[in-house]
Amino acid sequence: MALKIVKGSIDRMFDKNLQDLVRGIRNHKEDEAKYISTCIDEIKQELKQDNIAVKANAVCKLTYLQMLGYDVSWAAFNIVEVMSSSKFTYKRIGYLAASQCFHESTDVIMLTTNQIRKDLSSPNQYDTGVALTGLSCFVTPDLARDLANDIMTLMSHTKPYIRKKAVLIMYKVFLKYPESLRPAFPRLKEKLEDPDPGVQSAAVNVICELARRNPKNYLSLAPLFFKLMTSSTNNWVLIKIIKLFGALTPLEPRLGKKLIEPLTNLIHSTSAMSLLYECVNTVIAVLISLSSGMPNHSASIQLCVQKLRILIEDSDQNLKYLGLLAMSKILKTHPKSVQSHKDLILQCLDDKDESIRLRALDLLYGMVSKKNLMEIVKKLMLHVDKAEGTTYRDELLTKIIDICSQSNYQYITNFEWYISILVELTRLEGTRHGHLIASQMLDVAIRVKAIRAFAVAQMATLLDNAHLLTGNTQRNGICEVLYAAAWICGEFSEHLEDPLSTLEAMLRPKVATLPGHIQAVYVQNAAKLFATVLRGQEGAPADRTVAQETSQLLIDRLPLFVQSANLEVQERASCILQLVKYIQKLQQKDVEVAEEVTALFAGELNPVAPKAQKKVPVPEGLDLDAWINEPPSESESEDEGRKPKGKAVFAKEESKHTKPRYTEVDEKELAKRREVRKAEQANNPFYIKASPSSQKVYQDGVGVEHIPVVQIDLSVPLKVPDQYVKLEEERRQKDKADKKKKDKKKRREKGEKGRRRKGDSGPESEEDITPAHMVDITTEEMPENALPSDDDEKDPNDPHKALDIDLDKPLADSEKKLPVRTHRPDEVLRSPVDDGEGVEVVPELKKKSGKEKKDKKKDKDRKKSKEEKKKKKHKHEEGENLMGAGSEVPVQSEDSNEVAAPPPATTTNEEAAKVSEAPSASTPEAVSGMAVVPPDSEPEEAKDTEPEDTKSSKHKKKKQKKEKEEKEKKKKKKHHHHHHHSDGAGDESVQNGNVEEEEPLPPMSNYALLAENSYIKMMCDIQGNLQDGSQVVVSVIFENKCDSFIKAMEFNVLDSLNSKLQRPEGAGPHDGLTVPFQLPPGISNEARFVFSVQSIVMPQKLKGTLTFIVKTDDSSTHEKLDFKLHFTCTSYLITTPCYSDAYAKLLESGDLKGSSLKLEGVSQPFHHLLARICFHHHFSVVERIGSCASMYSRSIQGHHVCLLVKTADQTVSIDAKCDEPGLLGNVLDEIKLTFSQC
Amino acid sequence: MIKAILIFNNHGKPRLSKFYEHYSEDTEQQIIRETFHLVSKRDENVCNFLEGGMLIGGSENKLIYRHYATLYFVFCVDSSESELGILDLIQVFVETLDKCFENVCELDLIFHVDKVHNILAEMVMGGMVLETNMNEIITQVDAQNKMEKSEFSSFFSLYRRLSFSLPGRTGRHRLVLQVPLLVPCLP
Repeated sequence: MALKIVKGSIDRMFDKNLQDLVRGIRNHKEDEAKYISTCIDEIKQELKQDNIAVKANAVCKLTYLQMLGYDVSWAAFNIVEVMSSSKFTYKRIGYLAASQCFHESTDVIMLTTNQIRKDLSSPNQYDTGVALTGLSCFVTPDLARDLANDIMTLMSHTKPYIRKKAVLIMYKVFLKYPESLRPAFPRLKEKLEDPDPGVQSAAVNVICELARRNPKNYLSLAPLFFKLMTSSTNNWVLIKIIKLFGALTPLEPRLGKKLIEPLTNLIHSTSAMSLLYECVNTVIAVLISLSSGMPNHSASIQLCVQKLRILIEDSDQNLKYLGLLAMSKILKTHPKSVQSHKDLILQCLDDKDESIRLRALDLLYGMVSKKNLMEIVKKLMLHVDKAEGTTYRDELLTKIIDICSQSNYQYITNFEWYISILVELTRLEGTRHGHLIASQMLDVAIRVKAIRAFAVAQMATLLDNAHLLTGNTQRNGICEVLYAAAWICGEFSEHLEDPLSTLEAMLRPKVATLPGHIQAVYVQNAAKLFATVLRGQEGAPADRTVAQETSQLLIDRLPLFVQSANLEVQERASCILQLVKYIQKLQQKDVEVAEEVTALFAGELNPVAPKAQKKVPVPEGLDLDAWINEPPSESESEDEGRKPKGKAVFAKEESKHTKPRYTEVDEKELAKRREVRKAEQANNPFYIKASPSSQKVYQDGVGVEHIPVVQIDLSVPLKVPDQYVKLEEERRQKDKADKKKKDKKKRREKGEKGRRRKGDSGPESEEDITPAHMVDITTEEMPENALPSDDDEKDPNDPHKALDIDLDKPLADSEKKLPVRTHRPDEVLRSPVDDGEGVEVVPELKKKSGKEKKDKKKDKDRKKSKEEKKKKKHKHEEGENLMGAGSEVPVQSEDSNEVAAPPPATTTNEEAAKVSEAPSASTPEAVSGMAVVPPDSEPEEAKDTEPEDTKSSKHKKKKQKKEKEEKEKKKKKKHHHHHHHSDGAGDESVQNGNVEEEEPLPPMSNYALLAENSYIKMMCDIQGNLQDGSQVVVSVIFENKCDSFIKAMEFNVLDSLNSKLQRPEGAGPHDGLTVPFQLPPGISNEARFVFSVQSIVMPQKLKGTLTFIVKTDDSSTHEKLDFKLHFTCTSYLITTPCYSDAYAKLLESGDLKGSSLKLEGVSQPFHHLLARICFHHHFSVVERIGSCASMYSRSIQGHHVCLLVKTADQTVSIDAKCDEPGLLGNVLDEIKLTFSQC
Repeated sequence: MIKAILIFNNHGKPRLSKFYEHYSEDTEQQIIRETFHLVSKRDENVCNFLEGGMLIGGSENKLIYRHYATLYFVFCVDSSESELGILDLIQVFVETLDKCFENVCELDLIFHVDKVHNILAEMVMGGMVLETNMNEIITQVDAQNKMEKSEFSSFFSLYRRLSFSLPGRTGRHRLVLQVPLLVPCLP
């Protein structure tokens, strides 16, 4: 019978495994979705079963479905269940599923903390490995913070398999929890020299990844990497290192010089193409970083170019691609060396491989000169015609524009040619880059004054032929050029030969099909043209009918735009319509209106640099962040709303180009306001008053002067003889590209004869080509006292920014340990000498400083949202604050009776949920550690036996062994991370490298049973709070033991005179604290409570009660559980490391009172004994020689406690010194108790 | 950093997807489709590098791929990875699969995607290259598989073996799926 049940369940279990699912999906090709939905229903049924094998099978199938695109996040909790299976098979399935579908906002992730911690310390290396692999995919800031210590421990694991994984995952931890970088870095550095190549490679990997983002912090590692580079034979490692050097050399040219030789050797010797390529790359980086005045490096350049040429000529397309890629890097600094290979690169343009063509295009960008620009562009235009895919053609288009416009049109000698190229590009079908062409047209027309007549003529033709551009809806992108055409024709209408016909072209009904913003420009510029027509006609008063006909034309056509759905078009059209109607009235009365109408649009435009607005210095005393009016609704919307818009105008364009200043009309209102403000600020010396000629208000919103601009007019007026314009006209009609070139040559020759200008050609003057036109302004206009700010490019959201941490600075005492919010906030190492205040400063003073810190922190919290993007300057401080709930708690002033307690929100934050992982309460040590010490025990009086000086001299002798001892100290330290989970694997790592053969330590825990009934179990650990000398943090794990839901837990303690529970502001002294979570059956969770204590000399007992509601399906009952909290003197001690010389000094100072203790019949090994003292009583080993050890600890109020522990024949004698005899006596009693119980 | 590892067949059917950054399921599918679209239209004898797609990372990233018989192996990486190095890594990956599955073919990947994940986990972790030595990878994979076997009683293992042996290459699957990814090396 029983067998039948088992068999049945197994049958069900493998009803449908992954293979069956896959096969099923393959057999249901037609109704796959339906089949899968039935499968998901089955899976849901399977997940409801208790059998873990069935669940794992279901989760395995879900992982497959996730790959097919099905959302499986609903099963996240089941995945966690499978992850926590004790069987490796299932665990692996669980972790795989988690790694595929968990992410930062998966809420069950917080339930996994303890499970992962347990797996990390599992004796089975594959459990650990699988946990690390999974964690690397879904680590969150919380997990990173909670597990950083455990992972750091694993970095020294005995098994290389674990070490390499632990090292690698540290990168993810750093990213999520930047505070861990500094404390972990020394160990990471050690791993660079790990005996195992895999671990070494992992460490190199992590450091390279870190250094790539913030290279300057890793410069000090250069010698180490240099050594590795010359010694390592692992190509993977070499490549990584060489890549890293590539990132470091720009910061330190001396490094580069050293690198050249070994790299050149590698280039000559290696047979691995990948390595050769990276070497060449780094040599290039080095050469770029070195100043150009190094003639002896031309050999290296030649070597690189020569090797690259070999790569490019290789038949392997991959090498060709990479060769071109590297070549483009050389190009930036040594264009001459690359230009000699122009043939090769032009050849690559014909390659069948698009990636290679794109790379070759990149190279062309840097290879153009005044001489060859036209030739190269001509070749590119041919490719444009040939290109099939639109992406590649668009790429070509942008490249042509990039090439021509680079460095302020440096290489363009003839702008007529350029305009005609732009016009030709508008014939491209379906390009996305209409906007780019348009901005180029505008830019050239505005900045090159001499070209305006030509440009206007071309644009007028474009407008006339607009139907060609807009005929096809697919060509929509290109109609952007009409925006530019209309604007140029309107703005420079004085150059138009026949403004009337252009005006007519702009008012065709077809225009109404254009996008709104283009129509708006049309309407506005129609008005400008109208003004020009009027002026032209009124010059010859004989024929007034033309003027009147023009008005009539506008009155006839504009209503079409008045009906436009686009508000912008509508508003402009109706304004202008009314204006024209009025003008018509005047015309009928024979009034001369031309002058007034022209005045509407008078004035000259200046190009303004895109960043000009940003660079206007903030006047002294003006705080832009301050509210102007208290309700922050309207006042900010102006500034904030405008900025992104301003950006959007330019964002679409390539930032390399100078932008013409044209503004969208909805800024008109703002512009007006700005004008008002400007008038007010006329006397402010920080505002540059624009010259009268440029001081012009443009009602049309085109070229509104947002920015004070200094008029720079470098140009000598040029006249392009009419014949050239005509030539150009003819040429355009013929429209043959090859003929174009001849035209140009002719023009160029004449140009040379006709006009000589001093130019901005500067270094290029060696070239015998004189530009036909000068770019009006060589640099973009900037406000006069613009601030040189270069951080414009940095992305404030880059997670790597937080990792910009100085790693060379020696670790401050407080950061030697990870500021991890664990159960043991006492582990921040502090050496009394490094931190002298510890000796002298009276407790009150310390408290104050702690208080100040916290105030700062509170301020920070308030500002947090603003400051998040800023670099964390006070990292150290924040790190500390992360350490415990205590830090978040408002400081309680001891004189006042006002009580404070952690705000509920923070406590929620603090909770570390656990899945069915109750601490091992059964360990006797755990209980004994927290054992009661009689509160009335009198401090034993000093009966110090050993004179201090002998002690200290001993210490000096021991100095040579210090190193070894420190290692051990570290090991001891590690024990602390292991909490109640420390077990086999953890011990292995701890023992790693130990000289002596010592048997592993039994597991230890500081969590002691606080109280227990049939519903709930409470375990607690009491730790001093490092931040505040008067606080103690009590971490309580609540475990739900029953089958019902436990909620509304309230924790209350009867305060004593000396110790008070910190309660939230406003709460009475007898109110309980709500535990910020509820407990489902079988779940445990941890909460922290902060107590303030006045005197730490004596142990204390506090009575307390936990009240809670047990909720079953049909009823809920109130229950309570009484407990007694024991504050032992040990809990006021904080593990603090101390160097032996500092220790000796401390003992010599004579401020300490002594006491001693003898324990008989202690049979455990000495190192266990020490470990126990370290673990349960928060000491650290200073030195240990044979069966004698000195130990140190410090109280939260800064008392030093020194122990000398000796053992012989099962007798342990402890000599102790402390500057507070009462405290010492109690601590010794507690130590005695610990050992009497084991 | 490796941003994603994708394996799909000549028709764009995903056989394995491993993203080292989080995307929604829909985006993941879009990325797979886009990548397939980019990769599949390329000729056999063009370079194995592609400027990244729109969805995954943009210009910072590169797609590095290899095409074996019926499958594409695509790695999406950023600028810190060596292009040729990743190409080698893909080769190591496929050779490892070949060792673990004995003449690996698409069918193996279809039915044992979990095993492929486990092998991959020994090579790349959290987007960083963990191990490139094939013997070491195989040792670790084998050790874990052995552990898995030892966890089951004989009854279970028998059952599992039965169930695993079913979708082998003896079935009625189309021959094309059984094309070995690696051409056996001639002595």
